[in-house]
Amino acid sequence: MTRVGVVTFPGSLDDRDARRAVEYMGGHGVALWHRDRDLRGVDAVILPGGFSYGDYLRAGAIAGRAPIMGAVREFAERGGPVVGVCNGFQILCEAGLLPGALIRNRSLQFVCTPVHLRVETSGSVLTGSCTVGDVIEVPVKHGEGQFVAASEELRRIEDDGLVLFRYCSPQGELGDAYNPNGATDHIAGLRNDAGNVCGLMPHPEHAVDPDVGPIGGQPLFESLLSHALESVG
Amino acid sequence: MRFHFEIVVELKEGLLDPQGKAIEDALPTLGFSNVSNVRVGKIIELDVDAASGDEAATQAEEMGERLLANPVIETIRYSYRAEEGRHVSAGMGASSKIEIERG
Repeated sequence: MTRVGVVTFPGSLDDRDARRAVEYMGGHGVALWHRDRDLRGVDAVILPGGFSYGDYLRAGAIAGRAPIMGAVREFAERGGPVVGVCNGFQILCEAGLLPGALIRNRSLQFVCTPVHLRVETSGSVLTGSCTVGDVIEVPVKHGEGQFVAASEELRRIEDDGLVLFRYCSPQGELGDAYNPNGATDHIAGLRNDAGNVCGLMPHPEHAVDPDVGPIGGQPLFESLLSHALESVG
Repeated sequence: MRFHFEIVVELKEGLLDPQGKAIEDALPTLGFSNVSNVRVGKIIELDVDAASGDEAATQAEEMGERLLANPVIETIRYSYRAEEGRHVSAGMGASSKIEIERG
C-alpha cells in the first residue's frame, strides 16, 4: 500500500482531510510533523492547505524553511513525489522547489467556491492518470492564490510545459470569468521539470467523496498513489 | 559591536499592491482626492552583533535573500547604524547611517 506522508505545520488546516482522502483512495496516510527531520520512509509527501505560521512574513515563507523541509527537498531531488495544495503550493514556491509566487487575489477578497480545472499535461505524478484537456471540478478557498512570475520565468514555465492546470469553464474554455484570483495565464497549478513536484491552489483532498461534493480530486489521488511507488529511486 | 538595522521590504513596481489600492480607494472619502501611487511595504528591525558594519551588512543581506524578502515579488532596502553601547538612549547612539540598495 502506498504510504503518503502529510506534513502538519502550526496553522495547517487540511492535513487530516488530506490523510483521509489518501485513505479513501486506497493509500495509507502518515502524519508528519514540521519539526521532524525524516520522512518515515513514505512513498510520497503532501504539504497541506491552511495558514502555516499564521502566514507571518509571507504565506508559506516560514514553513518553507521549517526543519522538515530539508528532508522534503532531498526526497524531491531523488525523484520522490511531493504535492503542495494551497498553502502547500505557497510553501513549495517559497522553498524554491517550484517557480513563481502567489500573491493576494486580484479581487482583494477571499474566494471559496468550486472551480473547473483543465489538465494541461499528464507528465506529472499528479496528472499521470489524466488526459490533456480533461476538465475536473474541485473547490478553491484562499485569499492569496494569484500566481505571478517574472516574465522570463513565465516564458520558461509555458515553453517547458510546466503548467499542470488552468482555471476554465465547465467546457474547458479559458476566461476571466472562470479565474477566481486573477492568476497569470489562468494558472492553477504547476509542476517542476521532472514532474515529481506539483503545486496547486485548488483542493483535490476536498473532492474525493461523492457524499460531500464534486469528485475531481479522485484522478489526481489515483495518479499520485500509483506513481508514487514507481518514482522513488 | 551592535548594529541596528531597518529593513524595508516592498512589492515590486508593476505588481498589483492590493493593500495600497484599498488605501488609495479609501483616501478620497476623507477628502484626499489628489493621492496616487499608494504602496504598502513592511519594515523589519533587528540588531546584529558583529565585528564590523560590513560584516553585519553582509549577514543582513543574506537574511534578506534567504528569508526576509521573496525576490520574485519584492524588493528590499537596508539601512543600519552602529549602536555605541547597549544603554545609549535613542538618537544618541546613531553614529552613521548607511543605505544599501538591492533588488
